[in-house]
Amino acid sequence: MSDQRGVTEQAETEPAVDSGGVSRRTFIKVVSVAGVGLTLGVGYKVVTSSAGAPATDAAFAPDAWLRIGEDGVVTIMVDKSEMGQGITTALPQLVAEELEVPLERVAFAFAPAHPAYRTPPLGMQLTGGSTSVMSSWEPLRRVGATARLMLREAAAQRWGVSADQVRMAEGSAMHPDGSTLSYGELAVEAAAVVVPEDVPLKDPSEFRTIGTSAARLDIPLKTTGQAVFGVDAGPSDARVAVIARSPVFGGVLRSFDPAPALAVEGVDEVVEVAAGVAVVANGYWAAKKGRDALRIEWDEGEGSTLDDAEITRRFRAAVQAGGKAARDDGDVDVAMADAGISVSSTYSLPYLAHATMEPMNCTAVVEDGRCTVWAPTQFQDAPGFMGGGSRQAAAKAAGLDEDDVEVHTTFLGGGFGRRAELDFVREAAELASKVDGPVKVIWSREDDVQHDHYRPASYHELSAALDEAGRPIAWRHDMALQSIMENWIPGWLPKFVASWAGFLPGGVDPTSVEAAENHPYLIPNVRVSWADVPLPVPIGFWRSVGNSHNGFVVESFVDELAHAAGQDPYQYRRALLMDHPRHQAVLDAVAEVSGWNTVPPEGRARGIAVVNSFGSYVAEVAEVSVKAGKLRVHKVWCAIDCGVVVNPAIVRAQMESAIIYGLTAALYGRISIQGGRAVQSNFHDYPMLRMNDAPEVEVVLVPSGDPPGGVGEPGLPPAAPAVTNALFALTGQRVRDLPIQLGWRTSS
Amino acid sequence: MVTFRLNGQPREVDVPSDTPLLWVLRDTVQLTGTKFGCGIGQCGACTVHLNGNPIRSCLTPISAVAGAEVTTIEGLSPEGDHPVQRAWVEEQVPQCGYCQSGQIMSAVALLAQTARPTDEDIDRAMTGNVCRCGTYNAIRRAIHRAAELSADAPVLAVEAEQGGDR
Repeated sequence: MSDQRGVTEQAETEPAVDSGGVSRRTFIKVVSVAGVGLTLGVGYKVVTSSAGAPATDAAFAPDAWLRIGEDGVVTIMVDKSEMGQGITTALPQLVAEELEVPLERVAFAFAPAHPAYRTPPLGMQLTGGSTSVMSSWEPLRRVGATARLMLREAAAQRWGVSADQVRMAEGSAMHPDGSTLSYGELAVEAAAVVVPEDVPLKDPSEFRTIGTSAARLDIPLKTTGQAVFGVDAGPSDARVAVIARSPVFGGVLRSFDPAPALAVEGVDEVVEVAAGVAVVANGYWAAKKGRDALRIEWDEGEGSTLDDAEITRRFRAAVQAGGKAARDDGDVDVAMADAGISVSSTYSLPYLAHATMEPMNCTAVVEDGRCTVWAPTQFQDAPGFMGGGSRQAAAKAAGLDEDDVEVHTTFLGGGFGRRAELDFVREAAELASKVDGPVKVIWSREDDVQHDHYRPASYHELSAALDEAGRPIAWRHDMALQSIMENWIPGWLPKFVASWAGFLPGGVDPTSVEAAENHPYLIPNVRVSWADVPLPVPIGFWRSVGNSHNGFVVESFVDELAHAAGQDPYQYRRALLMDHPRHQAVLDAVAEVSGWNTVPPEGRARGIAVVNSFGSYVAEVAEVSVKAGKLRVHKVWCAIDCGVVVNPAIVRAQMESAIIYGLTAALYGRISIQGGRAVQSNFHDYPMLRMNDAPEVEVVLVPSGDPPGGVGEPGLPPAAPAVTNALFALTGQRVRDLPIQLGWRTSS
Repeated sequence: MVTFRLNGQPREVDVPSDTPLLWVLRDTVQLTGTKFGCGIGQCGACTVHLNGNPIRSCLTPISAVAGAEVTTIEGLSPEGDHPVQRAWVEEQVPQCGYCQSGQIMSAVALLAQTARPTDEDIDRAMTGNVCRCGTYNAIRRAIHRAAELSADAPVLAVEAEQGGDR
């Protein structure tokens, strides 16, 4: 906050800023002289960096998030990427609430990549981990409240009354005599007001916008074809490039013959890049034809013999050899030895592609030593020492300083974690530095599926011991999978420091074991271990990350224990969650809404699951049937406690979205590895759940006064186990390997 | 050189005859509302109308479009207020929005054929359109709603006026 004080003092002592006639330009100049920005601080240490806030022409821009023009247009700078989760509405709702301006009069713009937006808890400008509302909840309300006080002060000064006589409502200041001044009319003067500190926020009982299902501000753009996604963005004269990449993971380019590509009408040039060979043309069709015509020899390297069987063999061997303990309560071995009933199972889950509807792409131009990038990215900016975001990656790839790179975030045609990777940004920036003019790199769907950063495949051995009452007294879960976080450790950081720095606490990747090492069930002896199995298959964050596999494994195995104990799976869970009221509340809510205690319709059965992830608690019940060998999910009921709800309709939509995404994986999702490459390539062999298979979804929001949790991901983990638990109830077949294959019985 | 009508206006393009309509729209004409999703007719993101019928523009060579009438999301209504678009807003359908141009074009074509579609009709007409955000139930609601809105106003009047689609 000391930087912030610097701004204030300058503003106070600079006479030019004092009166109502001051121009915005003067104020900006004063501030730049002070060497700090106009950021409000809002409790963010990282925000009050000396880099300050991005430049703007707006009359009133008290911080990096708010712009008010003399025309009265209120613009919220959305520093999170919009990839379906409605963030261009939820964040404006937070600001509008405290600013006292109707949401319909608020515009939004995507914030540039800039250090001002390196916000907690991530310390990076990155949309992920379902953190957007969580991290913005207090700061953005404070942005609104602070600006409202500054506008009020400006009005008070203009009218010569005390500030507390001025009422702020509906985007205007109101004089005791009833006359009004709009925010636009006050913008210039408000910019000269000393930024107040410790601004109080509304009591939740006073909320008028927060907690309402306000219409999404982005929907008109998304029903008319006007929303600009990455693939639509950038200069209209951008040429299009399609890149040939090594089909084998880890392979490198040996040689290529550009002639067949250059012979394709519309192809301009063929350029070697770090990722492989880029074919640049006057449009996608020519570039794609040119790329497919290239004659290339790859040095496939050692990875070319890798296949699924070998991966499973390595997983099993790693578990046998013993992994690192992620949790070790009591003495599992002793408890197991005394057990009356014991249950053991093996689970496995495959690699999964994200398959965002918009294939990867990025547009860049390098001119006069500056690079401009248009990217559908979840990851705009991060300190270089942490490895950097899009801006830093583009700078490095184009051989420029990061201050010479501008990154414009577009709408994202889906993200799901895939767009937190920087590969598509890097290659566009590199290519732009090697050709004239702007260039748009577009991935074909095949490129997208075969060169993803996949959800890691995993292998799990579980065993448990029950007492005479059927209660678990010991639980053991040993898993093997690749580490995601190891890829995120900056190169300069020695591994033992990385462990200390939180990338791998205790030598364990937290993303590998989440929802397993912290499962909430009351069991006195618990051991969870993780064995790291390095493989050349690229992996990354996939919607709900480790919760996507461990949620399935834990919730399936608990179900196995309930059945082994001869108890109702809902009541069994409930009893083991006596110290976890929020888990219990969502379980109770979903049991009630689904009619858990009633008999399902003929030929159907129900399954239940509950997972806490990203600060939210979600329980789901699925109702399924099997007809002619085909599994049908008729309905999914979902109860969520995500703390305070900013926009209920958006939360419901996100639950439905995550359920469909999770079911798609459970029913169909598998990337197989053969010859060191991904076997699947497009929607014909990597199928999606479609309209005719979509279950009805009913969502209950469990009221909560807790701070907001995430909503983008937490709906996913319970979806698969709710379905497979229902399938067990219906058929007695326990699904331990995904995707679900009916009639396929695995060892138990 | 291929001549066709695009959103009611004559168009002439000079591209190789195997160029898919999708890339003529996006790269040559620079109408980017129609999206690229898979390139093999599996996802429906590129759906446009060819003489009123929904087609996958990623698989339709420009040579097959000669003399035909093409309607894209941009040509559906001048103000973006086609009954299907209004229903999409009312039901708050889109999430990421990328597939929605294709979804809307498929829904418009369905309603042109079947004014009051059943759930089964919707399954049949819409199963070719993938949505990774899982907006299927919202789409179903919106199609039923659009049917009501269309019943209030003459069905697809705008497209008809533009002389194209029916």
